[in-house]
Amino acid sequence: MIDLPVSFGTLWFGIVFAFLGVFLFLDGWDFGVGAIFATREDPREREQCLAAIGPFWDGNEVWLVVFGGALFAAFPPVYAALFSRHYLLLFGVLGALILRGLAPEMYEQRHDEAWHRWWGRAFVVGSVGAPLLLGIFVGNWLVGATGLALTSVVVGLAVVALTVVSGAAFLALKVRGPLREEMAHYGTRAVVAYLALVVVALAGLWTRPAFRAELLTGPALALVAVSVVLAGGYAVAIRRDRRYAALAASGGLTGALVALVAWLRYPVVDPVAGLTVESAIIGSPAVELLTVGAAILIPLVVTYFAVLYSAFSGPIDAEEAY
Amino acid sequence: MVDPVIASRLQFALTTIVHIIFPVMSMGLAPFLVYFTWKEIRTGEALYERLRRFWVKIFALSFAVGTVTGLVLEFEFGTNFAAFSTAAGELFGGPLAVEGMMAFMLEATFLGIFVFGRERVSDRLYFVSSVLVGLGTWLSAVWILIANSWMQTPRGFEMATRGGQPVVLLTDPLAAYANPRFPWMFVHMQNAAVLSVALFMAGVAAYHIYRRRHLDVVDSGNLDAEFWRTTLKVALVVLVITAPFQVVHGDAYGRHVAETQPQKFAAMEAVWETDSYVPEYIIAFPTSVEDLTDPRAKDIFGIGIPGGASWLASGGDPQAEIQGLNEFGEAPPVAIVFWSFRLMVGLGFWFVLLAFWAAYRWYSGELYEDRLLHKALMASSLLGIVAVEVGWVVTEVGRQPWVIQGVMKTDAGVSPNLTGGEATLTLAGFAVAYLGLLGLYTYVVGRLVRRGPEPALPESEREDPTVVESPEASVDD
Repeated sequence: MIDLPVSFGTLWFGIVFAFLGVFLFLDGWDFGVGAIFATREDPREREQCLAAIGPFWDGNEVWLVVFGGALFAAFPPVYAALFSRHYLLLFGVLGALILRGLAPEMYEQRHDEAWHRWWGRAFVVGSVGAPLLLGIFVGNWLVGATGLALTSVVVGLAVVALTVVSGAAFLALKVRGPLREEMAHYGTRAVVAYLALVVVALAGLWTRPAFRAELLTGPALALVAVSVVLAGGYAVAIRRDRRYAALAASGGLTGALVALVAWLRYPVVDPVAGLTVESAIIGSPAVELLTVGAAILIPLVVTYFAVLYSAFSGPIDAEEAY
Repeated sequence: MVDPVIASRLQFALTTIVHIIFPVMSMGLAPFLVYFTWKEIRTGEALYERLRRFWVKIFALSFAVGTVTGLVLEFEFGTNFAAFSTAAGELFGGPLAVEGMMAFMLEATFLGIFVFGRERVSDRLYFVSSVLVGLGTWLSAVWILIANSWMQTPRGFEMATRGGQPVVLLTDPLAAYANPRFPWMFVHMQNAAVLSVALFMAGVAAYHIYRRRHLDVVDSGNLDAEFWRTTLKVALVVLVITAPFQVVHGDAYGRHVAETQPQKFAAMEAVWETDSYVPEYIIAFPTSVEDLTDPRAKDIFGIGIPGGASWLASGGDPQAEIQGLNEFGEAPPVAIVFWSFRLMVGLGFWFVLLAFWAAYRWYSGELYEDRLLHKALMASSLLGIVAVEVGWVVTEVGRQPWVIQGVMKTDAGVSPNLTGGEATLTLAGFAVAYLGLLGLYTYVVGRLVRRGPEPALPESEREDPTVVESPEASVDD
């Protein structure tokens, strides 16, 4: 037996949301770059956008697989109930991810204008569609909606804005020249939009009696306050060209959002099926085995990412294209 | 409107059949890439740099498409097979989660370095990356096959109910995960992937050698000749090792299936009535349309080894008894299993023949002159993948009607709240999208293959690489 200060249910609830947060942050760069790509006309700049995420996006995307795998492994009934309930929504996510995953590989294969135009569009649709639909999924999960709740749609839009916040900070680090100058512009607008959308989403939650008391608890208020401070910090940092600070602030914003969702959701993992962390967690010895596996593997995975990101640290060279 | 159970099964079948192509390509290419990278770093020869760069492109493409199509499969367990996921998640979800963390992460992160980092990292880290990418692809197969083998020969669990639902509880992790089926599946699959890629490479090399006569001239500094000749030789060495091994291993694997899944074995041989001295038909002809769609070993006309199937099942006794399908009360779609099995075995023997033929030509110094051999290699370039596909059909369709052998029926595993409309819509969507995907992948790989490798980087530019773009005019010949 493993002795833990928290129950396995709570631990894995935390791990599942942590994986979701890491995915939203890391792949958020890639999604955000995809959204910014849409606004750039110059083929050279478009190539730079693709080159900036080239070595990373495969690895970043795997966090979604890991999130899904952890939810499935630790809370199989929740995975089953949640995924089958959001059937079409999740296939939408898959469609967007297929477009987003194929586009950079395909863009590269031919050098004619029509080909680039079409795969550029696929890249944009995938990069905006995936966070939008995933945000709606998370919003629905939070409020326990089975159809399409208005609040969930606002959460989806907020997640899109958040990816642009991250993407602008990331791109500012990776490119040089005029494109980099523009990032303060994109980042500031996106962070304002994000805050506005979060306020609307919170107002939406306020109308639901189940959340009113939860929203007034200390941690929820603190996370909202932290988000406001981080948003301000991000806007200042990206304008002053403090690029690492801006990236860190966008990471903090993502973390605060996911933590808020997790806090409001805990300890019920699936409100519709009435499953709590204690009723949905797998039994021993399966959960102990899973925990030992994660304890060994998570530090290893962090090491892989450290090696990858340090190998490609700093801005891309002018000649480097995807 | 298709029934949600049927639509879900068709959709899973379709998405798996398409997905498997991409992991086969990456698992099979991995050892070749490690070899090319090793040679490039050790010898510094431009030839190996070109080989590595060329085949990495196809690897990276296969990996990208494999990732998105694999994600679909992971999601489908939740969306379409919620009842299965709820019931078996405690045993089945763990390997999937560990696959993501252990294998997929390793592959995806080091692939970034392997594709983009030749000039950014040291030779040593670059070589290590190629090994880790390969290790990642193979470890992925380990965990996926641990999960799958448990569904074939479930062990180490207890049945219970939770909230009125039947669930499978893990009681003995070692029995469950060190499953008797796992080593058979893993070796067979891994070898199949390497064999398939060796056939593909040999076919592509044969195409260039066949099509372009100037490749006959090698000593006047014709770099493309050197490129394709080396590709062909490396592929043939691997083919000569993997093709016979697959047949020998497959024979032993068949015996294991007969012991642990007699129902599947009976379907592979179309044995309905329990019998002894059952022949093994090497070549089978249906004598009527009915025998094609509902084969029965007794009615098949063919060239058979008397007692062969009995011999196979028992490991050497031609008189051994084989349990017929009638004893089980239900049967998988026998025709699909029977003919897929025959196709797989037939292809396996063809690969051995091809390997020996090529080896003989190589030995007699006529490897680049035997145009019939080149044609045969070209025609066979995709047959390894076909063999993998039908092999999986035997494995998965042969297990029906069970999703977990003897524990849970497939139709009981489908999401209870799924509507026919939703399932039909996504099935149609996938049919269109995956056909497009397959067409696109074939087009892009075909184009890369026809264009051939990029010219080697001149010595002076190796330190400061730029993208080498071939003129568009030379694209399609």
